[in-house]
Amino acid sequence: MEAFFEWFRALYEQSGWNFVFIYEQYERERFITAMWTTIKLSIYCLLFSLVVGVVGAWAQGAKSAIVRNVMAGYIQVFRNTPPLVQILFFYFVLGTGLDRAGLMPTYDAGGYLEPMLGAFGWAVISLSFFAGAFNVEIFRSGIEAVPESTVEAAEALGYSRLMAYIYVVLPLAFRVSLPALNNNLVNLIKTTTLAYVIAVPEMMYTANQIWSDNVNVPEMMIVLFIFYVGLVAILVYFMHKWEHAMRIPGYGT
Amino acid sequence: MKRCRMLTGVNTTAPTRLPVLLPSAAATIGAARRERHEGTFRLNLKLWHGGALLLLLLIFLGVAEAANGTREGPWAILWRWKWFVLQGFGLNLLISFLAMALGTVAGAVLGLMQVSLLAPVRTSSWVVTQFFRNSPWLVLLFTVMLLLPFEIEIGDTVFPIPDWTKAVIGFSLPIMANLSEVVRGAVISIPSGQWESSESLAFSRRQTIWMIILPQCFKRMIPPWMNWYCILAMATPLCSIMGVEESVTHVSQAMAAEDNRPDLLTPFYSFLLLIHFVYTYPIARWTISLERKFAVKL
Amino acid sequence: MAWDESQPMVSINDVHKSFGELKVLNGVSFDVMKREVICIIGPSGSGKSTLIRCVNALNTIDKGSITVQGQEVHDPKLDKLELRKKVGMVFQQYNLFPHKTALENVMMAPTHVLKQDKAEVEERAYKLIKKVRLDGKERSYPGELSGGQQQRVAIARSLAMNPDVMLFDEVTAALDPETVKEVLVTIQELAEDGMTCMLVTHEMGFARELADHIYFTDRGIIVEHGPPVTFFTDAKDPRTKEFLSQIL
Repeated sequence: MEAFFEWFRALYEQSGWNFVFIYEQYERERFITAMWTTIKLSIYCLLFSLVVGVVGAWAQGAKSAIVRNVMAGYIQVFRNTPPLVQILFFYFVLGTGLDRAGLMPTYDAGGYLEPMLGAFGWAVISLSFFAGAFNVEIFRSGIEAVPESTVEAAEALGYSRLMAYIYVVLPLAFRVSLPALNNNLVNLIKTTTLAYVIAVPEMMYTANQIWSDNVNVPEMMIVLFIFYVGLVAILVYFMHKWEHAMRIPGYGT
Repeated sequence: MKRCRMLTGVNTTAPTRLPVLLPSAAATIGAARRERHEGTFRLNLKLWHGGALLLLLLIFLGVAEAANGTREGPWAILWRWKWFVLQGFGLNLLISFLAMALGTVAGAVLGLMQVSLLAPVRTSSWVVTQFFRNSPWLVLLFTVMLLLPFEIEIGDTVFPIPDWTKAVIGFSLPIMANLSEVVRGAVISIPSGQWESSESLAFSRRQTIWMIILPQCFKRMIPPWMNWYCILAMATPLCSIMGVEESVTHVSQAMAAEDNRPDLLTPFYSFLLLIHFVYTYPIARWTISLERKFAVKL
Repeated sequence: MAWDESQPMVSINDVHKSFGELKVLNGVSFDVMKREVICIIGPSGSGKSTLIRCVNALNTIDKGSITVQGQEVHDPKLDKLELRKKVGMVFQQYNLFPHKTALENVMMAPTHVLKQDKAEVEERAYKLIKKVRLDGKERSYPGELSGGQQQRVAIARSLAMNPDVMLFDEVTAALDPETVKEVLVTIQELAEDGMTCMLVTHEMGFARELADHIYFTDRGIIVEHGPPVTFFTDAKDPRTKEFLSQIL
């Protein structure tokens, strides 16, 4: 491992290509943390956006007209405004608002109080709601694609309503939704770069810090591209496999 | 493809072979496939979105006005800065026009290279397309902003390259890659019979593409092209992060000049969103109506 | 090499063709003389369409030779433009250009490929459309025409190149029964004018009436052939008999 690091130091000394985040421990740790932050951000947003999607799809079928309208309004707002505005709004308007109103719970961070929700937390919330707005519609259209007669058929076989949903409706709805969900996920990964604007130390932000400190913009750019294109490529590859395995014969490819 | 009528007023492209799922299943899967091929979701703006924005603006103006003591009212402040904000929006429009023009030309060339008979041309253009399609816009913007020089010397004269022209190039790259894919998708969606009959009538490949295939693709490409323009116009404020003097930058400068009063935050930003909406809404609606019109004819 | 009318118009010699593992043509040979009308019949998957597409070089062949007017079709140095001027083809799915009117469909290839004078081509195109009994439909787009009408435009479009041989690949298979007849009549008139025709068809009555010679293919070989009178009444091979008993 050391030899690998040293090779890049030698590369810098001989050719001027400065991949400083490989051979210098401080930058390396910062870089690895950043990668991890982006991946963590993506995973949290993915999970929360799925929860938002499921809850939202359920709420859209609620009996109360108020709940349905609130849901519809939420979807429209988050689908049709730029995610950049959403992040800024959550962090600066809601975040500072809650802080000022003294509603934000704090914790003791070794002598001083830190708000429970930092930039990372707000990024997760805002991006989850952004992706979630799409997920609600995706899940809803998936569930709507399963006709009532299928549920009845399951009930005729002795399934309870709930069991029919769990064993028949949801698996089918999920298969119908999967391609759209995957698109949304890829989009989400790319959108996590926007957390940059509220100083979440993810890849984009950290790369910016590294090139500001070391004046190695081209090198960091190459790394950024490899990281994001690689991340997306890996995702797309596995999704295609997954979609293929989950496809409903006779319905598209 | 034969269309079959399932219900009154409902046309689907595929007959339902599985009674287990409703036709909307095919529609959902089809929409996902279209989104994947076009590289973005379809904007579906409604008139009441604008109404809601206007309401938001008015409510917050009203609340701020009511809570206002001796200070100048937010409405007066917003009114004073309106031209400054609109001027910034003008730069958003300019960037979006130029980036779209550049991206369209480059994307058309790249897309045609993707259907070339020469394997190296095809492969390299595919790699370029996938690369720029899958990179985050912000990364592309940063790259172009930081790697292009701020001025170039031709002979003895020095030409400065202002930030916003770099933003144009930065935005044109993802547009190029996505339109390249739109072109390729449209070309391969033309039935193979068209290629065969052209071939048997002795058309050369170039003639086939220009006279038979592309004219048929044209209509299919217009709606995604316009949708991409809307997405681009909505994305141009991104370059405020790099300090380009467009609308978002102007709004924050205006608010800074007014001591960053918190009661100005919502009026200013909802005003900005409203401007964007007023501009994008007609294009987005037109896109959808064109698509419906073409869907009937094709 | 000079070609004269005493030699075959199309000569097919021991043609082999496979798509990957699947052998589609397994040594097919026959000749077609000028003014002759031949029909190729057989069960689906027997290689008839592939064979006819090979004559036009839309498909390549693995082994053997196909000549048109003495010229080898699968010679890599062949001038494809010359071949396609000689050989016209009509497809099962019509394949008209949907963004052009009937008249423009007919005019396109002669003006753009053969670079002929536009006014002259237009005059000829009107005649051809009249010949296929579609006068009045010149300005209609393919989407506005019925299947049979589209197919006749496709025939006129091929004829505009002044071909010496016409290939018809199951041209009535995609049509509604009531429009089949109008297309068959057009082909019949064409044959009576002396056009050399090769047809792949399922219309047995039509084949019997019109063809000079019938070839029956199965699994990539010609099982049996002969003039219609003997072919339909006196089939010898059991496969032919079975096929005919199913279809007649």
